[in-house]
Amino acid sequence: MNNTLDKAKKGTYITVRSLPQGLLKVQLIRLGITEGSKVYCLERLPGGTVVLQKSRQEIAIGYDLAKKITIEN
Amino acid sequence: MKSDTIINKSHNDCHPHLLVKEVLSSASGGNKVVLAGNPNVGKSLFFNYLSGMYVDVSNFPGTTISITKGTYKDYEIFDTPGVYGVSSFNDEEKVARDIILSGDIVLNVVNALHLERDLFLTMQLIEMGKKVTVFLNFSDEVKKRKLKIDTKRLSELLGVEVIETSAVTRSGFDKLEYAIQNAREGNQSPELHHLLHNTLNRVGTQAEALIILEGDEIIAEKHGIEPGTADQREAIYINRRNTVNEIVSEVEFEDSRKGEFFNKLGRLSVNPVTGLPILAFVLVLVYFFIGDFISQRVVKYTETTLGKGEFEYHVKSFVGKFTPVDIKVDFQDDNGNTVSTKDFSFPQGLNNDIQKASEFKRVSAPHGTSTSFEFKNPFVKLFFGEFGIITMTITYLLFLLLPLVAAFYFVMALLEDSGYLPRLATMLDRSLNKLGLNGRAVIPLILGFGCVTMATITTRLLGTEREKTIVTAILQFVIPCSAQLAVIAVLMSMAGAVPFTIYVVTILTVLIVLSTLLNRFLPGESSPLLIDLPSMKLPRLDNIFKKMFYRTYGFMKEASFWFFVGALGVGIMELTGLLTVWQNILEPFTTLWLKLPKEAANAFVMGMVRRDFGAAGLFHLTLSPMQITVAITTITLFVPCIASFVIMLKERGWKQGLIIWSGTWVFAFLIGGIISQIFI
Repeated sequence: MNNTLDKAKKGTYITVRSLPQGLLKVQLIRLGITEGSKVYCLERLPGGTVVLQKSRQEIAIGYDLAKKITIEN
Repeated sequence: MKSDTIINKSHNDCHPHLLVKEVLSSASGGNKVVLAGNPNVGKSLFFNYLSGMYVDVSNFPGTTISITKGTYKDYEIFDTPGVYGVSSFNDEEKVARDIILSGDIVLNVVNALHLERDLFLTMQLIEMGKKVTVFLNFSDEVKKRKLKIDTKRLSELLGVEVIETSAVTRSGFDKLEYAIQNAREGNQSPELHHLLHNTLNRVGTQAEALIILEGDEIIAEKHGIEPGTADQREAIYINRRNTVNEIVSEVEFEDSRKGEFFNKLGRLSVNPVTGLPILAFVLVLVYFFIGDFISQRVVKYTETTLGKGEFEYHVKSFVGKFTPVDIKVDFQDDNGNTVSTKDFSFPQGLNNDIQKASEFKRVSAPHGTSTSFEFKNPFVKLFFGEFGIITMTITYLLFLLLPLVAAFYFVMALLEDSGYLPRLATMLDRSLNKLGLNGRAVIPLILGFGCVTMATITTRLLGTEREKTIVTAILQFVIPCSAQLAVIAVLMSMAGAVPFTIYVVTILTVLIVLSTLLNRFLPGESSPLLIDLPSMKLPRLDNIFKKMFYRTYGFMKEASFWFFVGALGVGIMELTGLLTVWQNILEPFTTLWLKLPKEAANAFVMGMVRRDFGAAGLFHLTLSPMQITVAITTITLFVPCIASFVIMLKERGWKQGLIIWSGTWVFAFLIGGIISQIFI
């Protein structure tokens, strides 16, 4: 099922389907979040700020960016 | 040992590069060694060790943009801001890019716990054709976590030396010279060379060719060619990402994730349910430390006893030797109330009336006396009077601001190095979104409660001009600085609960209305939050103190001058009578519209010199609780001190600075007046 990252469920693994174009995309790629990569949703705060975990690294993503990232549960 | 530190100002895009180039060009050829790495990899500790000099070690990505140069044997060592890759997404990256491009050898510090993230930069450095050695830092942590990294295989795959180190225990540091001597070009894929071929022929160096192909406009323009397209960059990035992932899967083994205490604490502080109580707890501790200990006890001692009692007293009595002066000595009881006074008059200065002068000295020397000088010569008054440029400004800077700023930087360093600050930014992100900001804005906003001037400088770390404007406006309008807070607290405690509620509600309403309006009408979009959360840990105290020291020093160096300029401006206004004119203009507003005594106008004008003067001037007036509410609200919203005004002009430009400044006048009187019309 396709969804956007701001609606990801806390405590689940998700697969990133697509990232927004532009500078933010390359910044995400550098942090290890690429299209097709599998990440763990460590936290989803009320309002849609998301904390992802990729191996031992934690990355916080604001709602405005999260809603532009599509994922697959 | 020699060193230069340059702090860049992000509001002006061209200058940082000029400065960086000046430093870089001073280096001799062939032995420029650059330390590069992601944020929080312990890079600066390597620099310290190599050059014997301290650098600002930052744990919150983006708090400082500074480059530091030192020497080690025949090598010149350059430190760079922590970056995730070489490009120009922000000012830090531009600075790092310029230094790396100019370097001969790159020592790449890698966090062994975050190989996937960190090797991206490593691969890029290798693909740039730089001579590289990799330091696998935090090797001791790796062992603790039952993680295994095959260093030998990693070295083979990268094609460069990989040295295990622990910056904290200094293990592996004995190999630093070996690392410099054995730095070499790593494995680069044939596909990349094929890709680079055309550009390389035109630019000359592989590093610049790669950066251009990755779309760097500034470097492309330097060579007069078109930068690579977004698609080209993406292709290179994805390719690099895949290479890194393959390498990591081959060299890293087993990851037993233990539910460590700090990891748990980190998670709890992000989630509002647990995070808000944690924040409340942190704020209470901060209040006891700064609000109670520093601003009440420490500052009281430094400002009253050292500043006024020692420094100003001695300077003024010295100046008084040569110039006409009237002196009043107040004798106070233990509670600071004046019991009796004694007046002295020296129409020709103390030197011309030795007998009276020694009488004055004898009377004013003991504790429990407070001496005020009234110089007759207006120019002497300008420099040494009550608001004298020399006397008042130095007391203010050294004996009031310095301890406060140092305390705030100390607390910020603690929050930063523990890993709490980025988590707080995450938790508050969504709320700050509503104000047109993202979580990172929490840093300047917190600092504003210490000193608005300091906070205004810190807006540099924000992503877009839009966010910088919003935060600056919030700081100038609604955030009371610590000097002001202390006075407000005292006045409020006299007024009671209802006025306090009115005050808080008014200020919060202004905050929300102001930022919502700015968010709606300022063009462009604010940047979303995208930050890396470093692991929570106990901060190292030596690091905290060093950070506090360097930042306080940096602030004092940058801002002090403007405090003198501000004092001079007000001094001249006083001398020429402009200050009185100003007070006369404000008087009708004060008495009729705000329904306050006319002396309050004086307090408002003095608020320009120092915000706390404004509030302190109200102590002497007899006010009803509602009048206190009106006065405090007006003072809070009112123009900030003159130093923060000047710094704001510097940071935000004349036009915007003046709009914000005039806005505070209008808003302060408008809203103060509305409250007064309703409640008085």
